[in-house]
Amino acid sequence: MRLAALEEFWRGCLGAARRQPVTPAASFALGLRAVMPLLLGVAPFGVIYGVVALQSGIPPLAAMAMSSIVFAGSAQFLLAQLVGAGAPLLLTAGAVGLVNLRHALYSASVAPMLANLPRRWKILLAYLLTDEAYAAAIPHLMAVKPNSSQAAQAHWILFGSGFGLWAGWQLATLAGVLVGTQLPSNLGLDFALPLTFIAIVVPMINSRALFAAAVTAGAVAVSLAAMPYKVGLFLAALAGLVVGAALTRKAK
Amino acid sequence: MNLWWLMLACGAITFGIRYSFIAAEGHYQPPPWFRRLLPFVPIAALTAIVAPELLLVQGEIILGGGNHRLWAGLVAILVAAIWRNTLLTIGCGFVALFVLQRI
Repeated sequence: MRLAALEEFWRGCLGAARRQPVTPAASFALGLRAVMPLLLGVAPFGVIYGVVALQSGIPPLAAMAMSSIVFAGSAQFLLAQLVGAGAPLLLTAGAVGLVNLRHALYSASVAPMLANLPRRWKILLAYLLTDEAYAAAIPHLMAVKPNSSQAAQAHWILFGSGFGLWAGWQLATLAGVLVGTQLPSNLGLDFALPLTFIAIVVPMINSRALFAAAVTAGAVAVSLAAMPYKVGLFLAALAGLVVGAALTRKAK
Repeated sequence: MNLWWLMLACGAITFGIRYSFIAAEGHYQPPPWFRRLLPFVPIAALTAIVAPELLLVQGEIILGGGNHRLWAGLVAILVAAIWRNTLLTIGCGFVALFVLQRI
């Protein structure tokens, strides 16, 4: 039994699983595989975060713990910088909330798919719900037909992506804390993030409404990029949602 | 000590945001328009992250040949649209960036 799960996991990692995995192990492997390219871009960020945190006067243990407690890339950068600058605590906490506001959209997006899970699963998957894990898992989650046998295992896909990113982030942070300053930080590897998002988003655009949502979100994000704490990002995503939904309604 | 409380608070806030709709699911009846927004979340949110990365260089919109990431990104968009293959898209994007930086 256990050996079979291991084999399915392995086949999933190699991409040899059939189109829609129906076992937990294969679903987990699919999610893990999907997040791998993003790790390439996330790892340098994690290393730099470790360095920035130490430079801000945060002790190594606390810098590491933050990667588990907060577990949010850009928010951790901000937190480290604000702590280093001696910013008021309330402002710091508020800023972290604003930076992470877009995660509420991911929460709303996956909520219907996780509706029937026990609470411990919901808590675990919410904790792991980052940009990267969501991006990696969502095309696969959307391909799962509701109420099918696959749907009962679909949360394992999100868990695979979430866990992969979590583990990579912890290792990268550790590397930054331990040896960060000696590493060349500007290899351009961070370009893997936009590239992977492009690889995820572009094939999903198959209607005028989706195309309009993408163009709107992109244009608003660029025009509002100067807003502090990534508020422009959140507003841009909202604008994309509204335009997309409005166009769907007209078409019907 | 303050630092640890601050980290715990920020962790709680972050988790609260991510858990919000997942926890509320089944306990509230969202208006119909709300459900219509959801299919657009992946596209809208991820494009909002990507567009500034490609178009902006230190806060300025740069469309010329000097903005290597923009052109490499456009190559990736084209490859993704034609072949719909993740690794191929990433590979071509990196190759394009590498080539552009060396021209």
